[in-house]
Amino acid sequence: MLLQQYRSLYRIRRVEEVIAAHYREQQMRCPVHLSIGQEAVAVGVCTQLHREDALFSGHRAHAHYLAKGGDLQALFAELYGKATGCCSGRGGSMHLIDLAVGFWGATPIVAGTVPLAVGVALAWQLQGRSGVSAVFIGDGAMEEGVVHESLNYAAQQQLAVLFICENNGYAVYTRLAGRQPPRQIHALAAAHGLTVAVADGNDVELVSQHSAAAVAAMRQGGGPQFLELTTHRWLEHCGPDDDDHLGYRQPGELAAWRERCPLALAAERLQVRDAVSEATLVQLRQQVEDEIAAALEAAQNAPEPDGCERLEHLYGE
Amino acid sequence: MASERQLSYAEALREAFVIALSRDPRVFLIGEGVPDPKGIFATTSGLAEQFGAQRVRDMPLSENGMTGICIGAALAGMRPVLMHQRLDFALLSLDQIINHAAKWRYMFAGRAHVPLVIRLIIGRGWGQGPQHAQALVALFAQIPGLKVVTPATPYDARALMLAAIADADPTIYIEHRWLHNIRDTVPEAVAIEPLQGGRVARQGQDITVVTYSYMLLEVHAAAAALAVAGVAVEVIDLRVIRPLDVALIVASVTKCGHLLVVDTGHGDFGVAAEVIAAVTIAAFTALQSAPARLGLPPHPCPTAPALSRDYYPDAAAVVTAIAQQLVLPQAVQQQALSLLQRGDHPHDTPYRGFNGPF
Ligand SMILES: Cc1ncc(C[n+]2csc(CCOP(=O)(O)OP(=O)(O)O)c2C)c(N)n1
Ligand SMILES: [Mg+2]
Repeated sequence: MLLQQYRSLYRIRRVEEVIAAHYREQQMRCPVHLSIGQEAVAVGVCTQLHREDALFSGHRAHAHYLAKGGDLQALFAELYGKATGCCSGRGGSMHLIDLAVGFWGATPIVAGTVPLAVGVALAWQLQGRSGVSAVFIGDGAMEEGVVHESLNYAAQQQLAVLFICENNGYAVYTRLAGRQPPRQIHALAAAHGLTVAVADGNDVELVSQHSAAAVAAMRQGGGPQFLELTTHRWLEHCGPDDDDHLGYRQPGELAAWRERCPLALAAERLQVRDAVSEATLVQLRQQVEDEIAAALEAAQNAPEPDGCERLEHLYGE
Repeated sequence: MASERQLSYAEALREAFVIALSRDPRVFLIGEGVPDPKGIFATTSGLAEQFGAQRVRDMPLSENGMTGICIGAALAGMRPVLMHQRLDFALLSLDQIINHAAKWRYMFAGRAHVPLVIRLIIGRGWGQGPQHAQALVALFAQIPGLKVVTPATPYDARALMLAAIADADPTIYIEHRWLHNIRDTVPEAVAIEPLQGGRVARQGQDITVVTYSYMLLEVHAAAAALAVAGVAVEVIDLRVIRPLDVALIVASVTKCGHLLVVDTGHGDFGVAAEVIAAVTIAAFTALQSAPARLGLPPHPCPTAPALSRDYYPDAAAVVTAIAQQLVLPQAVQQQALSLLQRGDHPHDTPYRGFNGPF
């Protein structure tokens, strides 16, 4: 299990590093919000979701999309504005979808998809369908009224919604303490009547354990669950670069988080605790590199959409 | 010479904040990122240091609630300036804007009023896409009780912000991201003007072209090119969308006989529709041809360059529209178009083909 998770962590990290490296060529002409440093949240949660479970996300969604099984070539192609992109070039990095793997949509109006996840759970309850509807939000999204309206309804209706708050301590350049009073984020969900847990979001095994418990409870009719996972974004809010020179983080904060790299934590456990050989990891990494290189090349060589297509799909008829 | 001082639109706007914060203790600025290292595209940079964190405030990601909180503060005697980095984010606060701010004075028969400024920025380019590039000016202009301003020049960026802050009623102040870097003359001397009125931005007698916000730049470029080809375009910059300066437009159309409206937002159901309706009702017999409009097509803005390339009308599209309306000879149109070559400048980053004056 951990080896699989490590593979996914490594894959997401490398995909985003590749995006950052190629972004400077100005061929990916859309804003990008990278999750480098936060990968364990996506991987730990999504390991516990089935393909049929629904997942929604927001502006920082590459990791969520990939962890849920979203098509890699279609992600790259979307960033390049190509016809083979997951939105056929209509959305770029901030709008992702892959219905084949239960990734129902990620959009960049903060908290915009939260009630949609609740609505999917409502429909499944009405249809007598089992399945979990999950949504990733940031610490900033917790400030939007619609999140509280969604928590309230999910709890009151006992809907199978998993809310995952990826608490990276910042919304753009503003610290949590500059936006919220000194109380715990998960306590808000508890007050709405949800079952809550809080964990270190850089430890993929911990995230996975908490997610497993939450999802198991929901599959047995246990009502909505809320996970708060603490982590840190390593790069700038939007874009491919380091931005520590701006001075909005606490001194030493970024360095301390880099020490707690989710990939390094997992790799060390694999080698020391599980006696996985270096050769196995090297081989795994090479497979991932090959897959990424092939997907990137396919996306770069994919055709652009026909400009006339922009008139399509406003309505069904 | 002091009057020759050049400022960018962003600098002029920042200067308006400095003036308002210095002169009026009731004024405070608030919005996500206002005091942060980027300072809303440098329009609020350094202001927190100068005026203090009480008056230059960050805020939680709570657009609707914070709008209501600003309405309450305005009712209690403050002059808040609430700002959003994208117009799209303010859509979360339509309840407070439309149901509360716009109605308060009227429904309580003038017993209270809401001196609030809400500053919005229309995004464009670099794949802003469906949810970060909406130019929904008419959405706000349709609401009785709101005033709506769309400064297109550095001078107006300052003048209309000061007018909006001085105004006793809720004002939606709408910028365009592609205006922030333009430079023009902004005299140091400041006079607070009333919040009303359009302006003839260029004189001509062959056709009236009414526009506002970013599209003023494209219209200016089109008018300059057509002037070389012998066509004299009169350009009207609306500046204030509501209340609409119908008299100014009617006077121009009465002189020129032809009307084209170039909308920064969608062509349908927009500002252009209102301008054309108002002129047609007021001066039907002055029109020698059917009025025309040019705006964004009736669909959201897609991200991919291949899809967004033809989304935004440019100066060439304005020339073509004018040529059609005036039935200009092919050679005249071609001459004007040949002056508007963009070369290989990418369509999704700001282009400074026009260098003022604005
Ligand atoms: C409704 C709305 N308001 C503001 C923004 C601008 N914005 C984009 S991301 C962001 C910060 C989000 O912070 P958080 O939820 O903590 O997510 P993170 O970026 O840290 O992953 C903001 C303010 C937006 N996209 N939508
Ligand atoms: Mg955050």
